[in-house]
Amino acid sequence: MPKRTDIRKILVIGSGPIVIGQAAEFDYSGTQACKALREEGYEVVLINSNPATIMTDRDIADKVYIEPLNLEAAKRVIYKERPDAILGTLGGQTGLNLTMDLARAGILEQFRVEVLGTSLEAINRASDRELFKKLMDDIKEPMAQSLEVETVKEALEAGRKIGYPVVVRPFYTLGGTGGGYADDEKALAEISESGLSVSPIHKCLIEKSLRGYKEIEYEVMRDDKDNAIVVCAMENVDPVGIHTGDSIVVAPLQTLTDKENQMLRDVSLKIIRALKITGGCNVQIALDPLSFKYFIIEVNPRVSRSSALASKATGYPIAEISAKLSVGLTLDEILNPITKKSYCCFEPSIDYIVTKYPRFPFDKFGSADRELTTQMKATGEVMAIGRTFEESFNKAIRSLEVKRDSLFDPAFSEKKDEELWKMVQDCDYERPFAIAELFRRDVTIKAIHEATMIDTFFLEKIRNIVEIEKEVQEKPDDIEVLRRAKKISVSDSFIARSWKMNEMALESLRKKEGIVPVFKMVDTCAGEFESATPYFYSTHEMENESIPTNREKVVVLGSGPIRIGQGVEFDFATVHSIFALRKLGYEAIVINNNPETVSTDFSVSDKLYFEPLTIEDVMNVIDLEKPLGVIVQFGGQTAINLAKALDERGIKILGTSLQGIDAGEDRDIFEKVMEKLQIPTPIGRTAFNIEEARKISKELGYPLIIRPSYVLGGRAMQVVNDDRELEIYMKTAVKEITHDSPILLDKYIVGREVEVDAISDGEDVYLPGIMSQIERAGVHSGDSTSVYPPLGLDEKTKETILDYTIKIGRGFNIKGLFNIQFDVEAKTGKVYVIEVNPRSSRTVPYLSKATDVRMCEIATGAVMGRSLKKQGFATGMKPERKDRYFVKCPAFSFSKIRGVDTTLGPEMKSTGESMGSDVSFEKALAKALLGTNVTLPLSSNVLITVSDDTKKEALKIAKKFFAIGYGIYATSGTARFLRENGLIVRNARKVSEEADGTEDVLSLIRTKKVTYVINTQPFRDKVSSLDGYLIRRVAWENGIFCMTCLDTANALLSVLENESYSFEPLKGEEDED
Amino acid sequence: MNKRIVLEDGFSLVGQAIGSEEDSPIFEAVFNTSMTGYQEILSDPSYYGQGIIFTNPLIGNVGINRDDFEALDPSLFAVILSSLCPTPSNFRCKMTLGDFLKQKKVPGIANVDTRALVLHLRDKGTLRGKIVDVSSSIDDVAAEIQETPWLHDHSAKVMTKKAYEIPATGKRIVLLDFGAKLNIVHTLVDRNCAVIVVPGSSSLSDVLSYSPDGILVSNGPGDPQDNKGGIETIRGLIEKDIPMFGICLGHQLIALSKGAKTYKMKFGHRGANQPVIDLKTGKVSITSQNHGYAVDADSLEGTGLLPTHLNLNDRTIEGLRDERHPVFSVQYHPEAAAGPHDSFFLIDQFLAMIDEKEGYIHA
Repeated sequence: MPKRTDIRKILVIGSGPIVIGQAAEFDYSGTQACKALREEGYEVVLINSNPATIMTDRDIADKVYIEPLNLEAAKRVIYKERPDAILGTLGGQTGLNLTMDLARAGILEQFRVEVLGTSLEAINRASDRELFKKLMDDIKEPMAQSLEVETVKEALEAGRKIGYPVVVRPFYTLGGTGGGYADDEKALAEISESGLSVSPIHKCLIEKSLRGYKEIEYEVMRDDKDNAIVVCAMENVDPVGIHTGDSIVVAPLQTLTDKENQMLRDVSLKIIRALKITGGCNVQIALDPLSFKYFIIEVNPRVSRSSALASKATGYPIAEISAKLSVGLTLDEILNPITKKSYCCFEPSIDYIVTKYPRFPFDKFGSADRELTTQMKATGEVMAIGRTFEESFNKAIRSLEVKRDSLFDPAFSEKKDEELWKMVQDCDYERPFAIAELFRRDVTIKAIHEATMIDTFFLEKIRNIVEIEKEVQEKPDDIEVLRRAKKISVSDSFIARSWKMNEMALESLRKKEGIVPVFKMVDTCAGEFESATPYFYSTHEMENESIPTNREKVVVLGSGPIRIGQGVEFDFATVHSIFALRKLGYEAIVINNNPETVSTDFSVSDKLYFEPLTIEDVMNVIDLEKPLGVIVQFGGQTAINLAKALDERGIKILGTSLQGIDAGEDRDIFEKVMEKLQIPTPIGRTAFNIEEARKISKELGYPLIIRPSYVLGGRAMQVVNDDRELEIYMKTAVKEITHDSPILLDKYIVGREVEVDAISDGEDVYLPGIMSQIERAGVHSGDSTSVYPPLGLDEKTKETILDYTIKIGRGFNIKGLFNIQFDVEAKTGKVYVIEVNPRSSRTVPYLSKATDVRMCEIATGAVMGRSLKKQGFATGMKPERKDRYFVKCPAFSFSKIRGVDTTLGPEMKSTGESMGSDVSFEKALAKALLGTNVTLPLSSNVLITVSDDTKKEALKIAKKFFAIGYGIYATSGTARFLRENGLIVRNARKVSEEADGTEDVLSLIRTKKVTYVINTQPFRDKVSSLDGYLIRRVAWENGIFCMTCLDTANALLSVLENESYSFEPLKGEEDED
Repeated sequence: MNKRIVLEDGFSLVGQAIGSEEDSPIFEAVFNTSMTGYQEILSDPSYYGQGIIFTNPLIGNVGINRDDFEALDPSLFAVILSSLCPTPSNFRCKMTLGDFLKQKKVPGIANVDTRALVLHLRDKGTLRGKIVDVSSSIDDVAAEIQETPWLHDHSAKVMTKKAYEIPATGKRIVLLDFGAKLNIVHTLVDRNCAVIVVPGSSSLSDVLSYSPDGILVSNGPGDPQDNKGGIETIRGLIEKDIPMFGICLGHQLIALSKGAKTYKMKFGHRGANQPVIDLKTGKVSITSQNHGYAVDADSLEGTGLLPTHLNLNDRTIEGLRDERHPVFSVQYHPEAAAGPHDSFFLIDQFLAMIDEKEGYIHA
């Protein structure tokens, strides 16, 4: 069928901020969809609240609205744009839910907006488990017995009927949020309670557990002609029981015979046809490892994380094709964009094995529950391609960037057997390393299989890796061992370490022996058709297929898996740099390993190498391609970390040189340069023992920011206010102070945090704008609310900031992007530079969009030697916008991970961000908050429970809430203080307090009697923090906005005040407040 | 033990011996892109005379089971693969693939860059090859292959020597066996057909003597034009208006019997992902295929045969029907094994055609 000509304008819905369960994959799918629709000649209007994505670039759609993904905003956009149709199946569950809301509210009907792609009815049938179950009954496909419940009591009844173990699945949540396995009544009561509270309709499904079954996924596509195909079948290494997002997944299927595969393929196609899906769909099936018995687990009637993975694993662009199908094209009409010779109506065949390995946030969330369950916890993932399982698995491990280059981890060698077995049995996220260690201790495959139900096929392969690693360790300098080890891609760094060699020495030995990898193409067809796809992976085989061109080439390093602290913002920068390089006429080569992102879309770059981002893997590409140099400044810390090793190997770092990078990274050099430039930095000192620390505290004066030097990125960093706190910190937070790892103490500047991203060519420095942060110093900048144009800075301060920025740009000889964090001291107005990041930063996409400056493009020009002048930019700051405010708010995934404290501090905790813009700061902030799914109810109750040192400040806030009609609840101490100061307050009982007939804080939150929580905690002191911890957790789990910084509360108040009336009696000017 | 695979143009790779350690016979090197189903593929009689290169690099993961054979014994000449799994895992697994190949004395080679081989064949077209000891001279082996004439009469080697019946109470189907896959028999038996398997070379009178309700012309190896006797018989049966369905080689034989021509393709279609478009409905089926010859579309004029299906990718003829007689055929494998089940319905269509014919006769 030809494409629809009766529609002209299409509204595409994005997926909002990155949260666990809904990440960069929707930037990839959304970007592809917009491109595909525009290619077909449609006008595309996009709505998405996430500024960090490529999708929300002005180039991607005809009109981009960065607005909250809620009914009100979507309605206004529809009202304004009058689209003919809406496409909601590419924005994850958020996109689907919003489309459903618009339909239910009658807006689609009112404005005659047609739903493209899969019908709402079909979406409903696939998403509503009851309807889906009924459909499966109708087409005689088995599902595990299940019962729907709305109360814990009903859940327990269901448990009795179905028989334990059971699994709890809350309705309409992302990535299985709030669900889990229950082996008995007690566990069921607990899990169903949390499940019921996170489900927007307060319903859960209690289902027979299929733990131990193989988990198999089919990515299927269907068009309106009813053609249906399987794009990719994937096998989870971890059996049913661990969310597929948290499982190690391989493609193609490894342990299924054709009979099993075809049986499940039939089932998947039958289901997609019964549902009448148009586009992509994911079918998850549990298969008994001992028979042909299977159960349907679930269906996602849309593109998903799995479909992004399947697209990268096969080369078949599911989202792009889905978008085309949604406008009436059929699979047999669309040319396969990879081969350009065959059509999209075929099933890819792959001649390699892909391993997807999830990236978990437990390095940031030390206290979190590490057990993997049906609730997804991974923030991102890596994919690796090889010609053997071992090769792809080894590549996946080193792509993760978890400081491991092998399955061998000395920390695991020190663990007792029982500890290892516990990790294995509890599905600890580091289970593969525990399994490897047990193999090293001669535990049998059978024993591990019985404990994990992981197929022996995979266990054999893991043991094979362990055996070869052992051989490496036992036989230094044995070339045959080296050959065998490299065949399965054991890393150079591991071999070099085992052989007590320098990695570069091993590298040359390896090359001398001719042990170098070749590159093979990902072509969707196992070589059957000639393809021109520039998509390659390395493997230790014979024939190389990647033939370098004669063009001038530049390698851009990507940023690897999405993790807290390094999110999709860096993919944004990478992609823009690639676009800019191509525009400048260079051949842009990208190396990255994240299957979710736009940068690993093979159509983005001239050549894509899907590889780990280690020096070994990067050098393999460089050795072949011989580029002019490498750009490291867009791929976050991942790429920056490779600069030194590249430089050592004589590879040119394009842009800011290694010296410039070091000046930002190395504290000593940094301070020296700043001194030379006469730019103030907070005075910092190093202490090797507690006495020294005390002495330094006398010299600098409190408050101080204190942290161990060996910890990066804000972990264990804390603000201390007096000797007592310093002592507690030194005793509890620091394990051991040695000469190699002293304690760093910095003067804590009480004031406003300000941030800039700027571009320099070494001579000229261009600053698009200054961003100010709402939260005071001490909250990680990634977790702060950011405002452009900045609030509360006078012209003089802005000039100083600009002046420092220019000095730093020149002084560090920056070529490209850099980011500076400033503190403006409240008392003195003095500007301090806290840190300089000689690279692209988290705020670059936000600032680019707020100021409409193509920062990455200009920076790439500067990197490649086009001066700013030549590009039309002079030293200075772009005049501030006067028409609109732009606010960026952090988005958190706390409800997904149990055991994490939600208090904001120097350690970053947010997973994503949203942007709001409007004519006033308050309106922009309101939109940004709504964009992160915070609800902003007017005239309700607020719960205040604050530590002594913040009570005075809290009083002001409480008064303001009271003035605009909010009721105040407070815990005993806070309540007393507020009352003493004349406020009407209701008491809320802490959990640690004895029952006295009043309602306790947790039930106030759970019953939504309070809709905002303001909680500050005293310096880490165990007793009171349990109460606080529970309050914060329960608030998050119940979707109540919980503020742990009073600045956030003040900002929120400005929003609420803006939308409320206050009632005051007449009084004279002389009356005191 | 190190082995070498040599192609007739001198292309050669070194690997390890699997299966029988003898030198292989000279084979036609072909590649199959299926990702599952190596057991079905290597026991498919249509691979007689050929050496199969599996594009999937991991082969043998699920071992060999009792049930999934397409013939009692494999008839292919050699197996070429990347990694052979020594420790298979599947609940039906009875032995490793390696042991099976040894037991059945199939020569093979592993740990070779199969993708390099595939790309070579894709560029050069099908070539013959041989697996020899690693010390052999490449030039000598290549010369030996070049001097050796192409094999002929493949089907005769793999078809049943004697007719036999698999009794049942339903329709009586004569299966003209040119190297039939067992799953063709299974699908008929599943539909309660009495299947009389006869040699493809049987005479018209022999076939008629079994009083068939319908004829199924099977798949099989080699050049279809080698089967002169079979082609004669098929022509006779068509003229008798006996409902007939042809699969793969059977499809080519039906075409030849009606005067159309067949030709050898550059490297054929072998895999489980070939898209075939039904010209009547416009719908696409994903099909299992294994053929190196095809019916020449230009030769169909005046034969009474009409194309019903085309390959979506290269537009080769994938299905035919006779204008006047109850005859149709497909180039692909509706019985699957290995491969998708999308076209099972064609078997039912064949049986329905028999019903219609009877209805017509009895009316």
